[in-house]
Amino acid sequence: MPTTPPPDDVATSDASLALSAWGDRIFKGLLVASALAAPALLVALLWQLLSGAAPAIGAFGFSFITDSIWDPVAEKFGALPLVFGTLLTSFLALLLAVPLSLGVAIYLTEFAPERIRQPIAMVIELLAAIPSVVYGLWGIFVMIPILQSSVYPFLEANFGWLPIFQGPIYGPSVLSASLILTIMVMPFIMSVAREVLLAVPAGQREAATALGATRWEAVTTAIVPYAKSGIVGAIILGLGRALGETMAVTMLIGNRHDIAASLFAPGYSMAAVIANEFAEAGLGTLHASALTYVALILFAVTVLVNAAARLMIWRMNRGAGK
Amino acid sequence: MSVREVGRSMVHVAALGGILVAAACGGGGGGEGSPQMLTGAGATFPYPVYSKWFHAFNQATGHQINYQSVGSGAGVKQFAENTVDFGATDGPMTDDEIAAVGGKVLHIPTVLGAVALTWNLPGVTALRLDGPAVADIFQGRITKWNDPRLVALNPGTALPDRELIVVHRSDGSGTSFIFTDYLAKVSPAWKSSVGAGKSIAWPVGLGGKGNEGVTQQIKQVEGSLGYVELIYAMSNSLPSAALKNSNGDFVMPTLESVSAAAAGTTFGPDTDFRVSITDAAGAGAYPISSFTWLLVHPTLPDAAKAKALHQFLDWMVTPEAMAMAAELHYAPLPAPVVELVKTRIATLQ
Repeated sequence: MPTTPPPDDVATSDASLALSAWGDRIFKGLLVASALAAPALLVALLWQLLSGAAPAIGAFGFSFITDSIWDPVAEKFGALPLVFGTLLTSFLALLLAVPLSLGVAIYLTEFAPERIRQPIAMVIELLAAIPSVVYGLWGIFVMIPILQSSVYPFLEANFGWLPIFQGPIYGPSVLSASLILTIMVMPFIMSVAREVLLAVPAGQREAATALGATRWEAVTTAIVPYAKSGIVGAIILGLGRALGETMAVTMLIGNRHDIAASLFAPGYSMAAVIANEFAEAGLGTLHASALTYVALILFAVTVLVNAAARLMIWRMNRGAGK
Repeated sequence: MSVREVGRSMVHVAALGGILVAAACGGGGGGEGSPQMLTGAGATFPYPVYSKWFHAFNQATGHQINYQSVGSGAGVKQFAENTVDFGATDGPMTDDEIAAVGGKVLHIPTVLGAVALTWNLPGVTALRLDGPAVADIFQGRITKWNDPRLVALNPGTALPDRELIVVHRSDGSGTSFIFTDYLAKVSPAWKSSVGAGKSIAWPVGLGGKGNEGVTQQIKQVEGSLGYVELIYAMSNSLPSAALKNSNGDFVMPTLESVSAAAAGTTFGPDTDFRVSITDAAGAGAYPISSFTWLLVHPTLPDAAKAKALHQFLDWMVTPEAMAMAAELHYAPLPAPVVELVKTRIATLQ
């Protein structure tokens, strides 16, 4: 029976088709696995934190967040000064970094001569690549001596009537930590804000100018309001960075478990106490559990902040798509 | 510099160990004297001398000892979980911790450490203090350099009317433990209100991370006073205060005065060596001194490893090994303690 066998090329193409279908499936499987890995890690981390913190949660409950005593010898733990220190240094850092970064971003997108825009943006973004331990050392050896000899005495002499600028000047303090954080979060806010301002359609600018607005008026009435939600997202990203910063803050904040009115006084932060005490806390002790509880609170705060940032960026993108 | 040297010597240890292991295997090995691999973990303070000892021991016997200086707390933990052959700690295990391992632990003292008080006050190059005054300084009860009690302790030194700023360690550390253990002994008020531990609720002062963090803050803040490990103070030429010991002598921290603190302490023949030698009696004893310990199982399941560890401990208390410690500014164990340690090692199986 003369049956013509199917031509070879058809057979091979069938086989390669089947093969590529398998390849597709394996590829898809790999992608799904890697996509699931990140949320799985997050859940595992959360579970680990919860189980580690369980003894401290059982012992102190929510009063952990409102108590101020941190005494590892007597096993009494309260995290209020830590939460306060983290929030205060981050808030102060934003207070100083936001106007500065937005100023730079607006200058670079609206006013600066074309040929210096890219170099300046690059230099500022380079600041983001410096390791935080280097910031810490620079803070101790360069920044603190300068602050101690000129800036702090100036603040005390001229604004000493404010309680926040009173008391002895030691060097390491809440203010020193806030200033190093300012320098560290600035590149993040600046670069995101610059991208957001660049994304403002040219029509906005032209419309404002056509209505007779000056450049300043165009920026304040048409461009910044248009990019508002994106700028808020940039600020929240900077806040997330400030909240979690550990090394530089540990080196400059003075590590004092206390809430003081003066910014010249030493303070403490959540990340700093974990870095300081976890290594020698001993597994299974209430001390280690309390530190894990602190980590859980820090985790919750940063997750909330990051979720807020995502929401802002999502809103900005939806706004831009209209 | 020293870290690099240590790193290089570790490479030597590893390379030598590898050659010896290969040689033993090639020779059909497995005999009693075949090179063993031991692992240990714990205290960071004695790491330089341990690393030197393990290297020298490796060259002498071929046994390789791998030590991770992860901190005393982690050393005790890893010892209790049996993930290492021996542990090392600056503070002895507590009764609870010993109960958790079923009592199966021997504390073997290796060398001595001490805590030095250092300060920054222009024009004042020598300082004399006593225990109660130090406790009151660190409790914020003495806040001025010209406090009458400091003036009385330092006749002939012009102490200024200046705020005294306290600097302490912010990270959990054996150094803080030894220091607060001393303060708790000399001051009932300190014992009841603050206590002793690796991490402390300090009543006053600034916290610096590590010896270097404390030193940096002292250098930058005039009028400050703090405590650091003696070896750190010696290798960085920091001024150290003379302390009044329980004999009434003012003693500077030196290798001799630290060894004297151990020599002046009497041990029962059945001691478990978990003794604090702070505020020790005896002529010339520096009062803030302490042992650092290796934690060893009385019976190791692997006989060959047990033999190698035993061999190391025997070697460690030889005058030759103790001299290596002194070269690195560690105070060696005094002779009576060495004898006690030897009899204790002999009980190992």
